[in-house]
Amino acid sequence: MRASAGQGVAAGDIVLSVEDVSLGFGGVQALTGVSFDIRNGEIRAIIGPNGAGKTSMLNVINGFYHPQSGRITFKGKTRSKMRPYEAARGGIARTFQNVALFKGMTALDNIMAGRTLKMHRGVLWQILRVGPALAEEVEHRLKVEEIIDFLEIAHIRKIPVGRLPYGLQKRVELGRALAMEPNLLLLDEPMAGMNLEEKEDMSRFIIDVNNHFGTTIALIEHDMGVVMDLSDRVVVLDYGRKIADGTPDDVKRDQKVIDAYLGVGH
Amino acid sequence: MLGPILETLIGGLLTGVLYSLVALGFVLIFKASGVFNFAQGVMVLFAALSVARLSEFFPMPIAIALAVVVMIALAYAIEFLVLRRLVNQEGIILFMATLGVTYFLEGFGQTVWGSDIYKIDLGMPKNPIFVLESVFPGGLLIDPSELIAALICAIMVVALAIFFQVTRVGRALRAVADDHQAAQSVGIPLNQIWLMVWAVAGIVALVAGMMWGAKLGVQFSLSLVALKALPVLILGGFTSIPGAIVGGLIIGAGEKLAEVVLGPVLIRMFDLAGGGIENWFAYVLALMFLLVRPQGLFGEKIIERV
Ligand SMILES: Nc1ncnc2c1ncn2[C@@H]1O[C@H](COP(=O)(O)OP(=O)(O)OP(=O)(O)O)[C@@H](O)[C@H]1O
Ligand SMILES: [Mg+2]
Repeated sequence: MRASAGQGVAAGDIVLSVEDVSLGFGGVQALTGVSFDIRNGEIRAIIGPNGAGKTSMLNVINGFYHPQSGRITFKGKTRSKMRPYEAARGGIARTFQNVALFKGMTALDNIMAGRTLKMHRGVLWQILRVGPALAEEVEHRLKVEEIIDFLEIAHIRKIPVGRLPYGLQKRVELGRALAMEPNLLLLDEPMAGMNLEEKEDMSRFIIDVNNHFGTTIALIEHDMGVVMDLSDRVVVLDYGRKIADGTPDDVKRDQKVIDAYLGVGH
Repeated sequence: MLGPILETLIGGLLTGVLYSLVALGFVLIFKASGVFNFAQGVMVLFAALSVARLSEFFPMPIAIALAVVVMIALAYAIEFLVLRRLVNQEGIILFMATLGVTYFLEGFGQTVWGSDIYKIDLGMPKNPIFVLESVFPGGLLIDPSELIAALICAIMVVALAIFFQVTRVGRALRAVADDHQAAQSVGIPLNQIWLMVWAVAGIVALVAGMMWGAKLGVQFSLSLVALKALPVLILGGFTSIPGAIVGGLIIGAGEKLAEVVLGPVLIRMFDLAGGGIENWFAYVLALMFLLVRPQGLFGEKIIERV
């Protein structure tokens, strides 16, 4: 049994569930009546063709999008929408499909930004840079260095991220999310645009995070090989609707899924 | 010859500190939201008007304290009514919003405070002082009120530089400016950051407005001081606090020196009238900078991979 990171939630319990969520933008219906849940400690893949609504689903979960209808239950509390601050406070971290780093900052500062909610000392102490604030800064810095070592990016930590190659940017972005010590980690296509070796590294990090820290992960990924290898359960979206939900093997054999991916009739 | 030039230089530097302060207001907001806040100039005017009119009813220190409250309330209103509805919009949209705020505030200032010319009397000494009399015949003439104004500005500038370079605040600000959504995803409270920055920018505008207002009287043209801050920003870089300081000093001193040194040369060599150099010098300097070093003296070089 994995070490449980979810406060008061045992492994296998439901950490987050969405029920009947619908979201539209003007004429475009991004999500229609989608329901599924994420269990503590699992890697839950969300797949589907382009424009299926996968990213929109993550945006609903961490409060960037507010659905027109439906409910979201997180850590036992049900609401009609999440808010970004509330999601972050509750231990939801994420990465973005089109890497969203703080471009002007170094890799180290980007990851330090992930500690924002863990820092408590008042601004005055920070200005004086003495006493408790200094100790706090040092403590967080240590934590961040651990993450940097874990992701094997020590050599680039002082480089402004805008200058890094794409694959490393994605790794820094993962580092920033990990710095939040999340219970639930949302990864939007963490391997897109990577070469084989980079993909293997990223897969290894994801598995390690899940195993060692017991972090629950929701993963959007197009590479079916990766999805089948990594995930415990898979939910499949197509045109904003859920068309399948189950183990990788079940989903792989599902006729609706095969049709969706082959672009057969709608 | 050296004496008068030094005198001009000192006078220019003292004015330059005021430019720095106005430019600093721009930099703060730009740093925290990537928005060029067109309203900064009118905030200077609005703040000065508030102090001038309030000081008719209250003693000066209370008038100033009340004006601080007014500027904070203004920041709150702007955050609540405008910014919070525009999260994650393009920079140009936020810029347009500040244009709207500018013209609203310009009119609203008149509605509330009136449109005459008002005075701010900070009770500063008026008689010029002479320094270094042993080195230069007759000494160097310095206006003490300008000196005090420059000192106050310098203190403000240093305090702000420290406040915004501090590890956590500085990091949060840069994060918000770089990417609203990413900043929110790590739990940085966007609204609070914006409120804080606009409040500080309002207080900076207040100090700048009081200093200029005491010097020139409080009237509409005060909002044009902001136009002088533009070349300062181009020189110093839009994101750099030290840049705003150095840029202000260079422009302040440069334009006065140009008037005194370049003017006579133009008259002698080309038989021109020679005046008005102070009016265009800053802009020409800024244009030249744009061609050679668009990120400014201290601005971060724009690096982006596509
Ligand atoms: N902010 C928005 N405004 C308007 N339409 C949007 C917005 N966000 C998403 N959409 C639309 O919603 C639909 C689902 O988009 P979404 O990005 O969620 O798909 P996706 O499954 O992540 O696709 P991909 O695999 O290409 O990333 C698309 O038609 C998209 O154009
Ligand atoms: Mg997507």
